[in-house]
Amino acid sequence: MQRIGVFVCHCGSNIAATVDVKKVVEMVKQEPGVVHAEDYQYMCSEAGQSRVAAAIREHGLTGLVICSCSPRMHETTFRKCAEKAGLNPYMVEIANIREQCSWIHKDVEEATKKAVILARAAIAKVDRDAPLQQGESVVTKRALVIGGGIAGIQTALDIADAGYKVDIVEKSPSIGGRMSQLDKTFPTLDCSACILTPKMVEASAHENITIYTYSEVEKVTGFVGDFTVDIRKKARSVDMSKCTGCGVCQEKCPSKKTPNEFNRGLNTRSAIYTPFAQAIPNVPVIDREHCIKFKTGKCGVCSKVCQAGAIDYDQKDEIITEKYGAIVVATGFDMIKLDKYGEYSYQESPDVITSLELERIMNAAGPTKGHLERLSDHKPPKEMVFIQCVGSRCSDKRGKSYCSKICCMYTAKQAILIRDKYPDVNVTVFYIDVRTPGKNFDEFYRRAVEEYGVDYIKGQVGKVSQTGDGKLLVQGVDLLDQKRILKKADMVVLAAAIEPNEDARKLATMLTASMDTNDFFTEAHPKLRPVESPTAGVFLSGVAQGPKDIPETVAQAGAAAVKVIGLLAKDKLKTNPCTAKPDELLCNGCSVCANVCPYGAISYIEKEVRDHGIREVRRIASVNSALCQGCGACTVACPSGVMDLQGFSNRQIIAEVDAICK
Amino acid sequence: MMKIDREKANEIQELSGVNTKKCMKCGKCSASCPSYEEMDIKPHQFVSYVQRGEIEPLLQSASLWKCLSCFACIERCPRDVKPGKLVDAVRQMVIRERGGNHLQEEEIPKLLDPELPQQLLVSAFRREKK
Repeated sequence: MQRIGVFVCHCGSNIAATVDVKKVVEMVKQEPGVVHAEDYQYMCSEAGQSRVAAAIREHGLTGLVICSCSPRMHETTFRKCAEKAGLNPYMVEIANIREQCSWIHKDVEEATKKAVILARAAIAKVDRDAPLQQGESVVTKRALVIGGGIAGIQTALDIADAGYKVDIVEKSPSIGGRMSQLDKTFPTLDCSACILTPKMVEASAHENITIYTYSEVEKVTGFVGDFTVDIRKKARSVDMSKCTGCGVCQEKCPSKKTPNEFNRGLNTRSAIYTPFAQAIPNVPVIDREHCIKFKTGKCGVCSKVCQAGAIDYDQKDEIITEKYGAIVVATGFDMIKLDKYGEYSYQESPDVITSLELERIMNAAGPTKGHLERLSDHKPPKEMVFIQCVGSRCSDKRGKSYCSKICCMYTAKQAILIRDKYPDVNVTVFYIDVRTPGKNFDEFYRRAVEEYGVDYIKGQVGKVSQTGDGKLLVQGVDLLDQKRILKKADMVVLAAAIEPNEDARKLATMLTASMDTNDFFTEAHPKLRPVESPTAGVFLSGVAQGPKDIPETVAQAGAAAVKVIGLLAKDKLKTNPCTAKPDELLCNGCSVCANVCPYGAISYIEKEVRDHGIREVRRIASVNSALCQGCGACTVACPSGVMDLQGFSNRQIIAEVDAICK
Repeated sequence: MMKIDREKANEIQELSGVNTKKCMKCGKCSASCPSYEEMDIKPHQFVSYVQRGEIEPLLQSASLWKCLSCFACIERCPRDVKPGKLVDAVRQMVIRERGGNHLQEEEIPKLLDPELPQQLLVSAFRREKK
């Protein structure tokens, strides 16, 4: 039997207001094995920890139960405290009497009872704890950044500048991401390409950065410090080492009817293409789905005109396998599809566009060469209407529950740019709330109103319909004036909600990284660990984690880089000793555990065992403790009850249940 | 001071199944309403009135008989509040207070504006004549 000490924390009033801590102390003292129990206001404080350490020495404690907050909060704190006082850190158990008791109950008597029960369970468990030793694992000094937008580029640059190798994997033919599609950026109105392209060039020229474009992550195995990743380099059909980027192939390509993704489908592109002029790498890809050569076998124009002989129709997808110490998710966002919003006539009228489409129209390299015009008849508009919150802040099934955060500001920006360049165009913005927290943001919005005369009307638009004269009728109300508004407009711009990239969930599954219901990656702690995924070694950068603008994205990208650098700077990592372990005498080698293991940590070995004096060679399970994450799936699946999770053995869990049911 | 009638407000919420607290006051219901101009209390205001418990003005409101029951507000409400259902419920309440659980055929012509579309008549009949 262990000599157990129980320490009950008040957590200020967090616990003590709902749980009678003195009573808990009194009750647990009667438990077998408990030789000491005390309560204190803040057990996690320096003074609290000294009390724990002193008690360990004074009473010769061999096991500790801390009745406090969630083990996610302070388990590490108390393990370190125990270790300093000479106790094995795995002889510490936390009874969560805050999140699982005081915070969720109101009745003091009931809550106290429950706290005692939770403490009893922890006492039963610690009594059966065995000292465990942490192992060590290596750290591969290379990082993988998934996504080559501004978030990924900035993270990669910061990691590379610290002297570590970084690979960027980008799905599309060029890095640059959404930011490369924007015309100007708020609130300074500097040209997006002018501030982004230098970063793109820097990333591609950096000696520590390798960029894989037109590539996707296919498989991820391993764990923090030692991931193995398969990257599929899709066949570009162009030899990157030979291509000079002259662009003749794109000019001469006879297949020019593919919707141009970069221009949001507002115009078309050739089958062999680079997404935009400043693309990095400046090497085109052949879109095999639309290429005449690949469809019919006859054409080959690009190959004939290519002076460098770079066209390679036989190129195959290539799988690159690389080891990484850390992985950064920077997969960004897209705008939601508007097919469920029939009332805005987006599908019906070419003059109803999304704000990202307007960015392309306003951009000198866009489908209209930067001229503001209606896409239906190419006439300049006189009346423009912007509709905010299209699909954002919706609790119905059509939209997203969250605020997309960037729309208020980019709408103000677009309104200012239009009024500045085309003073004869009237701009009306229908809003629900104007949300402008951020440095110089509200001032920027006020400039739209005061300096540029943009008309802001409070009230969501009910309907946009096409009229006989080719115009659009916007039906709304001014909620402040209580007035019906029927406005004829030439163009309507919808601030559609943003959503995580469609591939994000697939990637999250590969990384075993958690996501919220909106498919944004979850951070390890919403306030204190905002750039780390709960999955060790996986970090988050940019909109993949939640809606944010460019300055915030860049800041977060830097923060993620710092976390990666902190990890890569270590030579060895301590491993979690709470891994699975089979009882070799009882294992019959049935393979059930290996089949359920999500980490591929279980294999089988032929081993000689002595069973009741008989020696024989048997096939038995063997756990690679470096790969095992301690999830416990095998312990549940094993039909013979042979698998045990160290620190969470079956008998410990049964003892806990017994203690609760006593 | 406006008279507050929590009991009736609760009854209306119960009848309609509408949770008025979900409203974010975007005004899309009123913006969508084809009878907006005819209404003395606008669809979005119905939500606030019920929320505050100011039921008397709603019972007196001409809007009850101007609503076409076209359900545009119900269809388009981004917060699933569905103010049209509130209008329905208040109308139901008025009819019940008059001692009947349903409209009499002969009452309908008096209540309706002859310029309003047939749809209202059909819709009101479908709903009230049960």
